[in-house]
Amino acid sequence: MKSKEPIHPPRWAVSLLNWYCKPSLIEDLEGDLHEYFVRNVSKRGPAMAKLIYVIDVIKFFRPYTIRKPQFLQTLIHWIMLGSYIKTSGRNIVRNKLASFINIFGLSVSMAVGLLMIAMLYDLNKYDKFNEHHDRIYRVSSNFQYLEHRSREPFATTSLRAANAIKEKIPGVEATAVFHSRFGADYTFNERTVPLSGFWANEAVFDVFSFNLKEGNPQTALKEPFSIVLTETSAAKIFGDEPPLGRQVIMNNDRAYTVTGITKDLPRFSHIKFDLLTSLSTREIVSEDFKDEGAWDNMWSTWVYLLLQPDTDHELLQQNLDTLCEHENKTVDDMVISLATYPMVDIVSGEDQSNQIGPTIGNTVIRIFSGLAVVVILSACFNYTNLSIARTLRRSKEVGIRKTIGALRSHVILQFIVESVVVSLLALVIAFGLFLFLRSHYISLENSFREMLVMDLAPALIGWFIAFAIIVGVLAGAFPALFFSRLNAIQVLKNMSAVPRLKGLTIRKALIVFQYTISIIAITMTTIMYKQYKHYVAFDLGFSTENIVNIRLHGNKAELLQKEFSELAEVQQISKSSIVQSVGNHWGMNVKNPSLPLDSGTAFYNVIDESYIPIHNFKLIAGRNFQPALADSAIEKEVIINEHLLKRFNFGEQDPEKAIGETILVDRKPMTIVGVVKNFSYSKADNARNGKEVMFRYVPSDFRYLNLKIQTNDWIDTYARMEAIWKKFDNVHPFEAKLYNDEIEESFAGLKAAMKVGGFLAFLVIAIASIGLLGMVIFTTETRLKEISIRKVLGASEKGLLFLLSRGFLALLMIAALIAVPITYLFCTQIMMREVGNAAPITMLELFAGVLVVVGIAVLMITSHTLKVSRTNPAEVLKSE
Amino acid sequence: MKGTNLGEFEELVLLVTAALIDEAYSVAICDELTTQTGREVKLGVVHAVLNRLEEKGLVKSRFGEATSVRGGKRKRYYTITNAGKAALLKAKELRDQLWANIPEFALKRI
Repeated sequence: MKSKEPIHPPRWAVSLLNWYCKPSLIEDLEGDLHEYFVRNVSKRGPAMAKLIYVIDVIKFFRPYTIRKPQFLQTLIHWIMLGSYIKTSGRNIVRNKLASFINIFGLSVSMAVGLLMIAMLYDLNKYDKFNEHHDRIYRVSSNFQYLEHRSREPFATTSLRAANAIKEKIPGVEATAVFHSRFGADYTFNERTVPLSGFWANEAVFDVFSFNLKEGNPQTALKEPFSIVLTETSAAKIFGDEPPLGRQVIMNNDRAYTVTGITKDLPRFSHIKFDLLTSLSTREIVSEDFKDEGAWDNMWSTWVYLLLQPDTDHELLQQNLDTLCEHENKTVDDMVISLATYPMVDIVSGEDQSNQIGPTIGNTVIRIFSGLAVVVILSACFNYTNLSIARTLRRSKEVGIRKTIGALRSHVILQFIVESVVVSLLALVIAFGLFLFLRSHYISLENSFREMLVMDLAPALIGWFIAFAIIVGVLAGAFPALFFSRLNAIQVLKNMSAVPRLKGLTIRKALIVFQYTISIIAITMTTIMYKQYKHYVAFDLGFSTENIVNIRLHGNKAELLQKEFSELAEVQQISKSSIVQSVGNHWGMNVKNPSLPLDSGTAFYNVIDESYIPIHNFKLIAGRNFQPALADSAIEKEVIINEHLLKRFNFGEQDPEKAIGETILVDRKPMTIVGVVKNFSYSKADNARNGKEVMFRYVPSDFRYLNLKIQTNDWIDTYARMEAIWKKFDNVHPFEAKLYNDEIEESFAGLKAAMKVGGFLAFLVIAIASIGLLGMVIFTTETRLKEISIRKVLGASEKGLLFLLSRGFLALLMIAALIAVPITYLFCTQIMMREVGNAAPITMLELFAGVLVVVGIAVLMITSHTLKVSRTNPAEVLKSE
Repeated sequence: MKGTNLGEFEELVLLVTAALIDEAYSVAICDELTTQTGREVKLGVVHAVLNRLEEKGLVKSRFGEATSVRGGKRKRYYTITNAGKAALLKAKELRDQLWANIPEFALKRI
């Protein structure tokens, strides 16, 4: 036979044969089949030969070819399982210290894991209530405006895109549009209720399973001035009266007819609203709807597509690209690209801007899971370390087991069972901790509070148990392999032959790892704490001390101002449109008429004449706004800051000369009347944008009162202010916040990160320390005799202390040497590159953590070694 | 043990094994049977029978050299044992005895 083609029988069939066939028969059987295969290849072609091979492999599955010992072994495994569990129990009880360390470490770290699992479980449930959830996609947009490019995709797109997709793109069954979230007051029979919702089109009910209880889903949102309420909001407005077909007045203006009532939204819906109003209304009520419908107005419309079941996504993307190419020609300077994103991934997927509701992006999830894994690993390492540290005692047991007839796999199973038993015990405690920590975890961050419930469900408990088993296997894997490899004869003949060396290096490596992580965790937390303090106390360029901002909720500013000014504590009052430096950005297009080609965005705040003095802004040229202006309806004057002055070269960058010059704000000419010193309009950690700022004076745009207050009793003052508010407005809540509190709140994310970091740092340090303590105890125990002999021969306590602890101290030093540079590089190169105005990292923060961690470790090592070195050598040696 | 009684096919396999002397391995036996009997003999059947014969102690096996035709696997060569020889002889004897019992004319009349 000369055929030497490189054709082989199907690999899986060969593996199948190898799997089921007795080892004694496999060789010639495989050879026979191969010979036939080669013959068939030349006779009937490769395809046929392969088929015959497969059939033959299956046909050879006969009683005499099947391996039998395997079944027997599995049986033995099952029989021994009971015994393994029993011996595990005895081992746990016998070694109380090690068991305590293991169970404690595992349970605290597993509690973190349980939180993680419960969170993912919740997130996974999101939006599954929709019948077609796997076919719903959201349109996301990316834009490039001149040099400026969107950093992450926007969850929104333009109304125009929605219409174009509806008309031109094939394969889309329905296009649901949610436009511009708004809040308004709804009145029915003297009762006024503030509610919030979206402008939406009728396809919303085709795409989503919102369950319309009353009304026709086809037409409910079709006609202008239709409104669909949820059950709860209908009950708020109408009480017990049947709502369908009735009219409500929105904002004391127009009447809307109730055309539908939906069941309350499911808990796990990423879209939340009290009501939906027909999108067709918006065309009528909006003053500049033409602008809203422009291709580059992609900031406030969420578009969801119900795709046909067999949609070709590549083709869809091509169609979208063509659409964008066509539409981009309708606007200047702006290049927009569209994409689709699966709805079920919204809450936990890609980070996108302008989300319709709260989400937990995958960055947060990745960081949290990563931290959880590190903490769990750290606890697993404790288990591994302590198990190997007990080699001496356990290896004799393994030797005897092996002599009696245990196979390697039996020993592996025994040790794995033991670690799983420990981890299941830890799970019980971890579960208790989980129940305790759950509410704290949820309240950690705003989006968590709104999104997570973490209710227990049988499936979730199942995941918990599976998780505990995985952790157990992970923790026990290394000891199991280690012990199963022991040679029975050597172990029983001579105890010193136990291969301790290899275990020792691994133990050292694990300790170094644990301490590296501990030091990184605590150092990062210290640095975050410093940044937080730094930002909260940051000099913004104006004063926020003792200022309370009160949200007007559409009430008349002058009337409220008059009422509040009668309070004795109130010293001064000003009015503004936004609260600055907490993350609000309102921008407008501006231009210097002498530089007609250059235009850009200036951020602004609408203020009155008292705003600048109350907040101590420094006017470096010109004057403040004048109260007389309040009467005239037309806005004529602006005050700009130095950055804006420089950016557009007003008055050749000289503040004095700039006074009186004209600036075009949204193409309307205004006069610059003043220049203020630069201040931080954005949050203190945002140095990238929001630099060019102007103050405008538009009395109708005030949304906040700023009260300068002098009081010793904040609670009493607050109560009195609230009383005044209640006289004016019974509908809206009284929203008053101290400016400084508001700044603090705007750094809540950092604070939450700090809390989590601090908690995890505490956990990893506790786990590492307790693990180290265990190691110290075990090693000193095994060296007790050596120490006693040294003492008898005249070693000093100090010398012994040094001898016993130097190994551990060296490990700690190595850990510190690894951890500090990593932390430093991570903070400077990755974390702080994106944020501005960060406080510099000093040696103090870098080494404070090291000192604390090493201090605790040294305390533990010395206290124990001291105890050992003080034992009476006679006691130890006489028993030998 | 079922004893040394041979089935018809077992007998054929055993005879071929004996005839092929040093070349008796499953595929060769299979081929030889096919050419001799004129009917297609499946490898699976031969394999099972050889396995059974070995269990009964009528043949014994050893491994040969590896060849590339067999994907690097060795052949298992079978040789007939004394018990096998005895079983074959016994079967032949039984047959001869039965033949002897048939009067010559009895067959002629058919």
